[in-house]
Amino acid sequence: MFAAVRRWLDERFDLDDLTAPLRHKTVPSHRLSYWYFLGGITLFLFVIQVLTGILLLLYYRPGANEAFESVQYIMTRVRFGWLVRSIHSWSANLMIFTAFAHMFSVLFLKAYRKPRELTWVSGVLLLFLVMGFGFSGYLLPWNTLAFFATKVGTEITGQIPIVGKPMMVFLRGGGDVTGATLTRFFGFHVAVLPGIATLLLLVHLLLVQRLGMSIPPKLEVQWTADPSAQREMKFFPNFLLRELMAWYVALGVLGALAAVFPWNLGVKADPFVSAPAGIKPEWYFLFMFQTLKLIPSKVLFIDGEVLGVIAFGLVGLLWLLLPFFESDQPSHMKRWITGFSVFALAYVAGMSVYGLLAK
Amino acid sequence: MAFLRNKLRPFRAAHVGLAGLVVLAACLGCGQSYGQSYGQTKNTCLDCHSTLPDPLGVSQEKFSQDIHAQKGLTCASCHGGDATSDDADKAMSRKAGWKGKIDRKQIPQLCGSCHSDPAYIRQFNPSLRTDQLDQYRTSVHGKRFAAGDTKVAVCTDCHSVHDLRAPSDLHSTVNPVNVAKTCSRCHADPGYMKGYSIPTDQFAKYSASVHHTALAVRGDLSAPTCSTCHGNHGAAPPGVDKVQNVCSNCHAFQAQMYEKSTHKKAFEAASLPGCVVCHSNHGIRHPTDAMVGAGPDAVCMRCHNPGDACDQARAGLLSNLRRLDEANKRADSILRVAESSGMEVSEARLGQDQARDSLTKARVTIHSFRTDLVDADIQAGLKIAAQNLQAGKDAMVERNYRRLGFGISVIAIGIVLAGLRLYIKKIEN
Repeated sequence: MFAAVRRWLDERFDLDDLTAPLRHKTVPSHRLSYWYFLGGITLFLFVIQVLTGILLLLYYRPGANEAFESVQYIMTRVRFGWLVRSIHSWSANLMIFTAFAHMFSVLFLKAYRKPRELTWVSGVLLLFLVMGFGFSGYLLPWNTLAFFATKVGTEITGQIPIVGKPMMVFLRGGGDVTGATLTRFFGFHVAVLPGIATLLLLVHLLLVQRLGMSIPPKLEVQWTADPSAQREMKFFPNFLLRELMAWYVALGVLGALAAVFPWNLGVKADPFVSAPAGIKPEWYFLFMFQTLKLIPSKVLFIDGEVLGVIAFGLVGLLWLLLPFFESDQPSHMKRWITGFSVFALAYVAGMSVYGLLAK
Repeated sequence: MAFLRNKLRPFRAAHVGLAGLVVLAACLGCGQSYGQSYGQTKNTCLDCHSTLPDPLGVSQEKFSQDIHAQKGLTCASCHGGDATSDDADKAMSRKAGWKGKIDRKQIPQLCGSCHSDPAYIRQFNPSLRTDQLDQYRTSVHGKRFAAGDTKVAVCTDCHSVHDLRAPSDLHSTVNPVNVAKTCSRCHADPGYMKGYSIPTDQFAKYSASVHHTALAVRGDLSAPTCSTCHGNHGAAPPGVDKVQNVCSNCHAFQAQMYEKSTHKKAFEAASLPGCVVCHSNHGIRHPTDAMVGAGPDAVCMRCHNPGDACDQARAGLLSNLRRLDEANKRADSILRVAESSGMEVSEARLGQDQARDSLTKARVTIHSFRTDLVDADIQAGLKIAAQNLQAGKDAMVERNYRRLGFGISVIAIGIVLAGLRLYIKKIEN
């Protein structure tokens, strides 16, 4: 039956020719190969996000008077609604985590080098988008924590010189966080961001497909010197089956988190009450939040928060363009980038933990 | 009388402004702040008296805290004399109306010379009452004072002197938080109260009471202190037949129930002081269901006999109260576990507030001493608690169902992983 269908398709579309790149594609095989799975896991979680997001859309209602109640309805009345919502929330967090892990693995394995500069750029842009997904999605249940976290987050946006204030008003749909903000964030979350993310993802995958997997520099030197030591495996089915195993493990972790620690709904947002004490953003924004908290209110003549926002903007830009500072030849700059990468990882991890523990 | 002529007229605006500038300049010059010193005029008395030992000493700092000083009054406003003169003889001359130390017998009248004058007081605080002296005259203190007993409290005993603060000031001796301590200075002193036929353990009892806890520990300024029940300037015992009127100011529902009860008539016939019979007066403890029990804290059995109809009704009431209390605890417990397991039970948790309200209502209804009314509240609460208990049980069943489903999924995922591993091994061999 399967052979008949395949023959029928082959006669019309020349399947063998179409799948030739898949059959010929290989993946380097070495002791660090497992880092290659992170990108695939992130993609898998993104697909989970899309699927569970579509299911949530069937019942979710954006609006200050309905959002919280609709999520409550999903969690209590809709069959398996609790599972879909919990998986969507946990998967979002895991996806951001694996995206960060993927980025740092690429950084430390120096996979961003020529000719993969644009793969890095598209990847970093995807990471920013994923964080945007997190920020916009966090508000959608319209609970107290989300409301005040969005208030603080958009206020920080307002600190950007010149364009900050108009950007804040644009994000909020007015001067303050209201039902209009929720509607906007819903629009960003389900239409604008997915559209851009899908396009960027296609570019990213196309570049990975076109340029192949990077080999760590030291190994590359060894393999060039001794070609007989070179090892590789077929992408299909060998690597893909291994990737599939990783996806199954991710699915198991997601199921465990959703079943044992269902995502909490919290208390409905009330714009007229004061913010709860010690309010913090989601963990992936903690390092920035904590840094802004530590900067003095005035540094020379510049407002501390403004300085922090400008600094993060510049570091973000530098991060995006990182491959362009790297050269083929051993240089002082190379060591500088490695040092900068180590410092960045330590800083993000350290500040996140500090932010988590700080009162 | 001379002291009645010492009432200070409010300063003209120009004088106030000039005085304010002088004080401001003085404060800036010496780097010290003595609180709100606006409107203060020249007060040379303190130049000397701030350096004298007690009882003649009054420090600048102490006097600056006085509400009268802050409103622009000086020593001369009460003591007479000329506070603007740098010459001590002129300042304290009888010719200038100087009276020296105020005779204790004249204190209420002296204070009343301003505080009983609505037109004068309105200039400073239009909402301040001006009937304190009239009230004082009706009080036990005032009556004994008029009869020549100078040991009883006069204005300065409670309000202090030279650093007299507004009652809203937390440091004021008559701030609600400090009133009991102020009263206790005399009423808890057996030596001082010797000769008066009243006990001196009121403060000790009050300090252990639910009212004191509410006021001093929880900071609830609406909780009663001495003056809430006895009055302040017109302080007197409420009287046996008026006790429930005092308590009902706050405990309105209990009073309504009690008014219609058979106990009211019985207590009145026996000249028993209403609420106090069961709850006592100064040492009121937090009421518990044990009060309608048969143990050491029980109050019913002080009058009723074991086994009589009232004792049986009491036992029924206690049993019902405990039944609802336990039903609430069971529902709360299961809902708490369900919630900590991540189950969404907020509706049932909210519903438990109603069940707890029913228990509170039943405890209030006890003051009607009617079992049918209490039962109605109990049944309403039991019904709600049962619904919420069921919601909790359902949530736990759902939680276990989810975990079972997760267990099966893990086995399925494990089988697939093992299968994939074997397949990879096979194709790579």
